[in-house]
Amino acid sequence: MIAKSYVESLATKGTRIDGRKFEEYRDISIEYGISSKSAEGSARVKIGDTEVVAGVKLDLGNPYSDRPDEGTIMVNVELIPMASPLFESGPPSINAIELSRVTDRGIRECGAIDFKKLCLRKGEKVWMVFIDIYAINADGNLFDACTLAAMAALRDARFPTVEEGDVIDYKKRTDTPLPISRLPLACTVWKLKDKFLVDPLVDEELASSARLSISFTEDDEVCSMQKGGDGTLTLEEIQTMVELAHTSTKNLRGNFK
Amino acid sequence: MKYEKRYDGREFEELRPMEAKVGVVKNAIGSAMFKIGKTVAIAAVYGPNDLFPKFLQYPDKARLRCHYNMMAFSGAGDRVRPGTSRRSKEISMVTEKALLPALDLQDFPKAVIDVHIELIQTDAGTRCAGICAASLALADAGLEMKDLVAAISGGLVGQTPVVDLDKQEEDFPNGAVDIPIAVLPRTGELTLLQLDGEITKEQLKITLEFAKKGCDKIYEVQRAALRAKYEEAKK
Repeated sequence: MIAKSYVESLATKGTRIDGRKFEEYRDISIEYGISSKSAEGSARVKIGDTEVVAGVKLDLGNPYSDRPDEGTIMVNVELIPMASPLFESGPPSINAIELSRVTDRGIRECGAIDFKKLCLRKGEKVWMVFIDIYAINADGNLFDACTLAAMAALRDARFPTVEEGDVIDYKKRTDTPLPISRLPLACTVWKLKDKFLVDPLVDEELASSARLSISFTEDDEVCSMQKGGDGTLTLEEIQTMVELAHTSTKNLRGNFK
Repeated sequence: MKYEKRYDGREFEELRPMEAKVGVVKNAIGSAMFKIGKTVAIAAVYGPNDLFPKFLQYPDKARLRCHYNMMAFSGAGDRVRPGTSRRSKEISMVTEKALLPALDLQDFPKAVIDVHIELIQTDAGTRCAGICAASLALADAGLEMKDLVAAISGGLVGQTPVVDLDKQEEDFPNGAVDIPIAVLPRTGELTLLQLDGEITKEQLKITLEFAKKGCDKIYEVQRAALRAKYEEAKK
């Protein structure tokens, strides 16, 4: 409660807990291959003190009956108790489920991966891409961090060798990267009183009334959105948030070479 | 491939035929059915009840809990596995967030109000139909509300802006964009907003305005359903 009124009074004065501007991100770093001996692709993303790691595992399996010639992806986010006193062990919380599904949609809906190229034999064998993301230290803005980490790990991934009889030799990795054709990036804009800010700290998240996660492709198209929080948004506010997210995701692209 | 004429012959801004009825589950304190095209949702409200375990209670207001479920036979294709899934949990949560701004739950501290939403038959737009039914059920229960909540999907089918996509449109070969929204019709504020697919900022603006207009039509159907209940009672 104290933190909330403090954050609000700062916002009214046009500033934030750590003195950043409303549209300013903390420092971002991306590190590749953090589990390179085991995962087919992996990455660590830090946004300020927020840290997440992502790993990609590949397997062969049956395609879905309605998409016989397409591979599959699955995104799973784990909010482990290590990362925050607010997280508990046990089955995934609704927050973890939402994070998983929003990250999944951002990647899936713009066809970031060419699913048809993940097909070995139509109706029989396709590549299944598992993206597992773990929060190591949660200090706000997990939404944006998870998409960054997932895309970094996907770009880091290389196919293993497939022997006769569809047996995978994970030890013999090829040089072939995944068929990644797009780079969707998410920016979540938070409404705090009448202000809009990005990359919040946890106290800023808790003081906000609504948030809107927006993913943009490199062609400046929106490819997924998700509203959260108990508050409402007007069409004009949504317009403002979309513009802010667009500018932010353009800047975020600089983190990928 | 351009989408010039809708599969079912509707105008691009036209919603599928709707039907709404309140009081469909007698045991509940409030209930409603909302049908749009082939999608049929029923919602039932129970409570306010004591909430346990105790740590789930809010000291100053009731908790709203929504339970969204697709019945096992409700999909046109494969059987839907019974029980909760990640999808159903997420939809339950966004449904709660969509309804909360319309409710005033301060009269029932520490209590819980449960809203059960079941889909009997589906042809896309299930979360929106569920929200429409649920808000009617809450009103039918006599809970204090600022407004009803109306929900509909806007979107693009092959670059053409449309409202109320059905399953065939969602599966359009050249891609479709689905944007479910929920609106408090009196103020025009949005309480639900999601998006799947690729869309430019300009198209997004047009589509959102389209969908918001669609919500006004739903609002009429919802209000008529509530009124019909009392006219029935007069007889």
